[in-house]
Amino acid sequence: MKSQYMIKPMIETTNSELNNSRRRFVFGASAMLALMSIPFPKNAFANALSQSLSQLSGKVFDLSIDYKMVNFTGKSARATVVNQLLPAPLLRWKEGETVTLRVKNNLDHDSSIHWHGIILPTEMDGVPGFSFDGIKPGETFEYQFTVQQSGTYWYHSHSGYQEQTGLFGAIVIDPATPDPVIYDRDYVIMLSDWSDETPENIYAKLKKQADYYNYRERTVMDFFSDVDKNGLANTWNARSMWNNARMSDSDISDVTGSTYTYLMNGNPPQQGWQGLFKQDEKVRLRFINSSAMTIFDVRIPGLKMSVVASDGQNIQPVSVDEFRIGVAETYDVVIEPEVDNAYCIFAQSIDRTGFTVGNLTSDASLHAPIPPMDPRPVLGHSDMGMDMSDMDMSGMDHSKMDMGGGDMSGMDHSKMAMGGGDMSSMDHGKMAMGGGDMPGMDHSKMAMGAAKATVSGLGLAGFGSNNEIKHIDTEFGPQVDMRADAPKSGLHDPGIGLRDHQQQFNRKVLTYGDIKGLHPTYDTRQPSREIQLHLTGNMNRYMWSVNGVKFMDAAPLEFEYGERLRITLVNDTMMTHPMHLHGMWSELETGDADFIPRKHTVLVQPGSKISYLVTADAKGQWAYHCHLLFHMPGMFRKVVVK
Amino acid sequence: MNKTNLMALGLLSLSATLTSSAVFAGGNDDPLLTKVMLDQFEKGVDPQDPTQFSAQAWLGYDLNKLWLKTEGEYSNSDKQDLEIQALYSKPIAPYWDVQFGIKTDIKPTPTRNWAVIGVQGLAPYFFDIDAALFIGDQGRTAMRVSAEYELLITQKLILTPEVEVNLFGKDDAELGIGSGLSDVSAGLRLRYEIVREFAPYIGVDWRQKLGNTADYARSEGEDTQETQFVIGFSAWF
Ligand SMILES: [Cu+2]
Repeated sequence: MKSQYMIKPMIETTNSELNNSRRRFVFGASAMLALMSIPFPKNAFANALSQSLSQLSGKVFDLSIDYKMVNFTGKSARATVVNQLLPAPLLRWKEGETVTLRVKNNLDHDSSIHWHGIILPTEMDGVPGFSFDGIKPGETFEYQFTVQQSGTYWYHSHSGYQEQTGLFGAIVIDPATPDPVIYDRDYVIMLSDWSDETPENIYAKLKKQADYYNYRERTVMDFFSDVDKNGLANTWNARSMWNNARMSDSDISDVTGSTYTYLMNGNPPQQGWQGLFKQDEKVRLRFINSSAMTIFDVRIPGLKMSVVASDGQNIQPVSVDEFRIGVAETYDVVIEPEVDNAYCIFAQSIDRTGFTVGNLTSDASLHAPIPPMDPRPVLGHSDMGMDMSDMDMSGMDHSKMDMGGGDMSGMDHSKMAMGGGDMSSMDHGKMAMGGGDMPGMDHSKMAMGAAKATVSGLGLAGFGSNNEIKHIDTEFGPQVDMRADAPKSGLHDPGIGLRDHQQQFNRKVLTYGDIKGLHPTYDTRQPSREIQLHLTGNMNRYMWSVNGVKFMDAAPLEFEYGERLRITLVNDTMMTHPMHLHGMWSELETGDADFIPRKHTVLVQPGSKISYLVTADAKGQWAYHCHLLFHMPGMFRKVVVK
Repeated sequence: MNKTNLMALGLLSLSATLTSSAVFAGGNDDPLLTKVMLDQFEKGVDPQDPTQFSAQAWLGYDLNKLWLKTEGEYSNSDKQDLEIQALYSKPIAPYWDVQFGIKTDIKPTPTRNWAVIGVQGLAPYFFDIDAALFIGDQGRTAMRVSAEYELLITQKLILTPEVEVNLFGKDDAELGIGSGLSDVSAGLRLRYEIVREFAPYIGVDWRQKLGNTADYARSEGEDTQETQFVIGFSAWF
């Protein structure tokens, strides 16, 4: 889709050439109105007032952390809040300014605030134990740093499980130079998961029975219906591997809608959040996934979304119908809704056990219907990262398994692309991208030939790792239940439960392979070394680790100040992990060396690998971890840059 | 239930759940936890049938746990069974723990004490296996293997077949136990998980005494085979 409101990448347009006349600054009166609570009584969509985010702007902010009783489910439970708000207030900063944030802790426990995705001095990063002691009860900590970036970010507690109980808020930073994104109205959409159970309880339950929250296990009934559809032999073959491995193909989320209520800007789905727009407006939606454990798939039925930023950084616009947003990721999209219409902002959890919704409408009395959730995903064999060529040798009837009956929605279609010449199964949406991108192809393989000529045998910057997958000794033991020997590339995989959406619903789903920076690559050096990290765990024992070693037992990762290095993440588990590096950018190698996008959080698909480059330009101690709250304690590393 | 049985249950619930303290985000990844499982608590449908229970509990961390296991049976003051095991449990593989410790057979009398070494875990195809070797005084040895499978009819309605086999190294005339394969039992229970932690069930239990043990039973005028229908519940916390 040719976009009228996007400018081309910066390389084609210098700053002064920006088309200012077309640009309207939103933060005038209309925007303030938009951010205020909009009452809409007596509507079918909502019984109560939908709550919008409260905003604080300026250079000095006073924030106080308290407990507060809230009620999202009909029962009241204790939340941890900032300035009595859940979500915490939206902070509006300006690029280039120095902000001061005085954070008072009124809890009887230590607290902290981490500014997620913000590049800042290590002692301002807000991770207790890392160049910062945390904020003791009754104390006030003053954060101060100069804002060097613009875009959509967020902040959250990095102490205990406070993030799960509500301590998170949005950050929007207005750019110092004209914003390349043109829009008239701007909403932050914060997605989160709420449970009345205490996080300590949830964690304990998972340790005692890892599938406690999974009410989608395979049943006898499923077996008979599969036999009916696919025959006994195929059904048996498909199951026997799972049974042999003692793993569950329905193991998508550890914590599900059976305890979670999903919130949009602090509103449960029964209530819904509502945003208004006017005729001919371009609306910028800043999606932030501030969940503790929930990956969401987001769409707005009836509207194309132009994705213009990822993790706060502008990207070359991509027109999509749907995108997956991992915990801690942010995506900005621009939509152009028609007049006199209402649209549903629909965010379903990755495991389809729940959703949250918003109503985007030109008229407060109009309410978009809420679509049904998509079919629940089922993990495929390739999500174990096994060598599919071996699989094909085993004499199973794969063609039948993959493409047969209607229940195959969860099967891994990327597998087919791996099989070689079968082009019919490819994602046609990707083809439309053009520009030398080879759809469905394994880019790491492409780079392999070329890489031989480059530095120290590493693949070319921008194309990912060529190194062989090595499972080191610490990956073997009771703490690790699976190792992906032939992980697939996670780049062009929309992810479990989304892989067939193009074919089935004609929805173009965003993949990481679609993302290219709007700015040319900041650091064009080739990586001088590569670190391969394996995300490991034992689902049955509910243990999580990196390279089989949990955080408490692990030595820090050491980066040399100024070096350019590559991190390759290999997911040896059956779950999708959002990996977050503090203090430095994760420059995702999506196949275009000239426009490598910068991210702060990268989703690593089950049984797959993905690479990014890091410029170690920030001295200090930094956290590096899976952002799923109950994986984080084990799946965590300290990074030291010196 | 008589006092001894209640005492055994009380023993299991001694420990309290401890939660983690905050260190970094997410806190301690390996908090000290306890799990108490009343796997079976049931009464035969026939008034003559005994009341039985089996329960286990653990206290510990991901990789180091103290396990308690107990099971018992009560028909009348003459006919009771009660045993307790205290075991240290350590993983040797992703799905397997090795366990060792002691076992005391409190009832029937005279009391027998055993050293225990066993393995417990999840076999391929999701069979729960508990196998143990017991070494007692006066050269006594015994072995027990049990296997259980959970068949989900629905997410909450679960059919559990299980089998258990007992072997003894030598005769124990006082207790009516013969050497060799002494008894085999099989059960089938259909439970409904009202919540994960609590499920009432109905079931059927079949037990067969074999070899010398069966001979002892016959000489005492007891049946060598029993079948009973049971109702009961399982619970954990
Ligand atoms: Cu994780």
